[in-house]
Amino acid sequence: MNKPIRRVSVFCLVLVLALMIRVNYVQGVQASSLNKNANNKRGLIEAYSYPRGQIIVGGKPVTKDIEVDGNTYKYKRGYTDGAVYAPVTGFSSQVYGSNLLENVENPILSGNDSRLFIRNTLDLLTGKPKQGGDVVTTIDPKVQQAAYTAFTSAGKKGAAVALDPTTGAILGLVSVPSYDPGTIAGSDNQAAWTSLNADKSQPMLNRALRQTYPPGSTFKLITSAAALENGVITDINAKTVSPDPYTLPQTTTTLPNEAGDNCLNVSMNDALRVSCNTVFAKIGDEVGNAKMAAEAERFGFNSSSLTIPVGVTKSNYDTNINRPSNALSSVGQFDTRATPLQMAMVAAAIANNGTLMKPYLVAQERSANVNVIDTTKPTVLSQATTPQVAQEIQTMMVNVVQNGTGTPAQISGATVGGKTGTAQHGENNSDNPYAWFVSYAKMGDKQIAVAVVVEDSNAQRDEISGSGLAAPIAKKMMEAGLGK
Amino acid sequence: MSTSAARGSIPRGPATATILPQGAPNRRNTELVLLVFAVLIPLFAYADTGLAMDGRVPAGMLEYGLGMGLFALLAHLAVRRFAPYADPLMLPIAALLNGLGLVFIWRLDKARQLARNFPAAQNQLIWTGLGIALFIGVMALLKDHRLLQRYTYSAGLVALVLLAAPAFMPTRASDFGAKIWIHVGSFSIQPGEFVKIVLSVFFAGYLMAKRDALALASRRFLGLYLPRGRDLGPIIAVWLLSLLILVFETDLGTSLLFFGVFVVMLYVATERTSWILFGLLMAGLGFWAVAATEAHVQSRITDWLHPLTAAPNGGGVGQIGQSLFALGAGGVLGTGLGQGHSWLIGFAAKSDFILGTIGEELGLAGLMALFLLYALLFERGLRTALAARDPFGKLLAVGLSGAFALQVFIVAGGVTGTIPLTGMTLPFMAQGGSSVITNWALIAILLKISDVARRPAPVPETAAEPTQVLGPS
Repeated sequence: MNKPIRRVSVFCLVLVLALMIRVNYVQGVQASSLNKNANNKRGLIEAYSYPRGQIIVGGKPVTKDIEVDGNTYKYKRGYTDGAVYAPVTGFSSQVYGSNLLENVENPILSGNDSRLFIRNTLDLLTGKPKQGGDVVTTIDPKVQQAAYTAFTSAGKKGAAVALDPTTGAILGLVSVPSYDPGTIAGSDNQAAWTSLNADKSQPMLNRALRQTYPPGSTFKLITSAAALENGVITDINAKTVSPDPYTLPQTTTTLPNEAGDNCLNVSMNDALRVSCNTVFAKIGDEVGNAKMAAEAERFGFNSSSLTIPVGVTKSNYDTNINRPSNALSSVGQFDTRATPLQMAMVAAAIANNGTLMKPYLVAQERSANVNVIDTTKPTVLSQATTPQVAQEIQTMMVNVVQNGTGTPAQISGATVGGKTGTAQHGENNSDNPYAWFVSYAKMGDKQIAVAVVVEDSNAQRDEISGSGLAAPIAKKMMEAGLGK
Repeated sequence: MSTSAARGSIPRGPATATILPQGAPNRRNTELVLLVFAVLIPLFAYADTGLAMDGRVPAGMLEYGLGMGLFALLAHLAVRRFAPYADPLMLPIAALLNGLGLVFIWRLDKARQLARNFPAAQNQLIWTGLGIALFIGVMALLKDHRLLQRYTYSAGLVALVLLAAPAFMPTRASDFGAKIWIHVGSFSIQPGEFVKIVLSVFFAGYLMAKRDALALASRRFLGLYLPRGRDLGPIIAVWLLSLLILVFETDLGTSLLFFGVFVVMLYVATERTSWILFGLLMAGLGFWAVAATEAHVQSRITDWLHPLTAAPNGGGVGQIGQSLFALGAGGVLGTGLGQGHSWLIGFAAKSDFILGTIGEELGLAGLMALFLLYALLFERGLRTALAARDPFGKLLAVGLSGAFALQVFIVAGGVTGTIPLTGMTLPFMAQGGSSVITNWALIAILLKISDVARRPAPVPETAAEPTQVLGPS
């Protein structure tokens, strides 16, 4: 009977061998894909088993880690002034994932970034508990708070972005209405999540980075730059040949002026001051679609790759369109669309003598023991226009604030330049327009560029204007930025 | 050539006799040294788990160490006294597996997420004690394994009753589908575990008596010896029994185990490959027929083929998926004792799925070592079968070792997704009293067979003498 017993022994060894091959396959080959499986809770349990790093604004964290007595998770995310900073921080939820800084900076915040490897290894050896690193933002809490309060106290919807023109640092990033990300951070916030998503006012929409609006008259700044650069206008104070109303080229459609009078043959400077559509539509037509689009792209339009490091939605200026469409696009209508950040970049580039700095939100990444891992160095995104052209536009923008539609933005002791906008939207212009104000302010060595957009469906139609709604908010932000 | 020169003077026996008569050492001291390790390793694991989970050495460390040490010592002394020539590896391996199992059950007791379950480690420790007591009892009372041959047909009857019993018992919600328990008050046993031994005894005795008829009286057809029609009776009876278990108790594991063991023993008894082919054919047929009709079996197969499909109610993946997640999380080196999340597997984490915890916390390295331990254990059993001089002992050792090996494969294969899942316990590791007790008895019988087999000089037949119970005087 020994021969069959030997064979049975071999058979039993084969059984064990099969098990060994199988576990080698599962634990060696399949392990990483199993660990990434969406139904595998281990990653989340691990991520919330130690304090996550903080997002810091003005030296103070706006995030916190709340210890919860849950069976599964040890911590959950909390936020101070959550609604104010939600467009910056985003949320980090145990059920619904994360977005914005909480998402893109997750390697640092979770402490799993490869640059923290040595630190983590040392901590492991010395038995120190694991902790995430911190992300220091460029946000100026005074600017942020001023904008948020200005919106909410006036009961308005909209967004505002403030930049430091010389570096590109984002000083303010506000979207209203907002929400407290802490309400959906835990493992049992389904009701809050459902109601936030069902809310018609879209509190979770980041209007500053992820929503585009027709820029309306504020786009005339780019049309001005294109006209000066391409020699269509050589003297901003010289009379132009501009009919009022202006018949769009190749059509019988006439373009009126919302501003009303005094647009016949006025200089570009005056046209910007009172915001004449006719003058700028004709200038845009004379520059031509290719050169208009090229100018807009130097200011950042048509780029879908901008990250701050949070991704920014592409702003659009159509290329290859016919003359009447291009003329309309030149006054910020037709298909021209811009994010509030994009329009802040336009103001910043002009204030910075034509050099567009890459906007950035993260100043520093630090490890848990406050060692700086990475500091963002300001970088040039593009030379949007020449210094000479930029200074001429500055002159025109200052004129707007001193003598034109932008007077509500005047700040004593500071040089303020701005441009209002009232952008039509909706089918046949049926919806209430958006009120824009794009501006910059300089005082001493301090500079700030701001873009504000107000969506206001409650106000009477003829009350909506960049001057009345958006400029006061911009003024408050600029004052906060200048330290006044 | 140099090998044979080195062996030189040692006379070599005929090819079939592998045990040489020699005044060799009985290896009891080897067993004692190995037992020290078998107690110390789980003790360190226990300390490690406590340090990882609570930051301190567990309070019961000393008691646990003393307890396990005492159990091991008593078992060892019993072997020394009643089976001095027994295999030295089996007891230490069994003790090591049992000890590690206790640590893992204790570790899962501490998972707050499973807190609704009763703490099981203490019960398991008590069962271990009872298991060791049974081990010592078998050592002392079973003077010679050939005594068991007398009870061939009683064993068959007992096996039948034990197997059939759960089918007539009311099920409880806590049984999770398979009818494999007998409940007596708050006490429940899994008769399938005991049947493993009883049925091996029956098969061994029956095949001993009938092997010549089964082996020789057959017709040759296409190079195979086909059994005669009337000899097919027993194999068809066992086949039907397996199918009945599968249908009425929805217990794929037990069914597969018994039929597999029977075919293996039949093959060993008759030395006819045709029985294996015949057995495979019948198993395939039966399984196909049941799988086509039984929803329970079908769902097991679906779970096996698609383990990572999320449950329809949105509750994440099923148990096999969770088990694979646990294995994946362990990776090559494991998360470390007490630092995994295998409680995500759910209610069966301490019993059927304890391998998931081992795979997560000890990693691939730990699982490979564990599989080697199991392999070593049942290969020592098969070695005993080779060495045994009497056909009954050979068959019984093959049956017990084969049942052990098949059980390890069936449960580990199910948990790792190698084969469809069946509800069985991992011997010595999983929580469960019936299992621990049975496996200790199984090891005791194997040791008794190996004692007889390894004894230097053939012992005179004692089976004919009246049974005499020796007390430890």
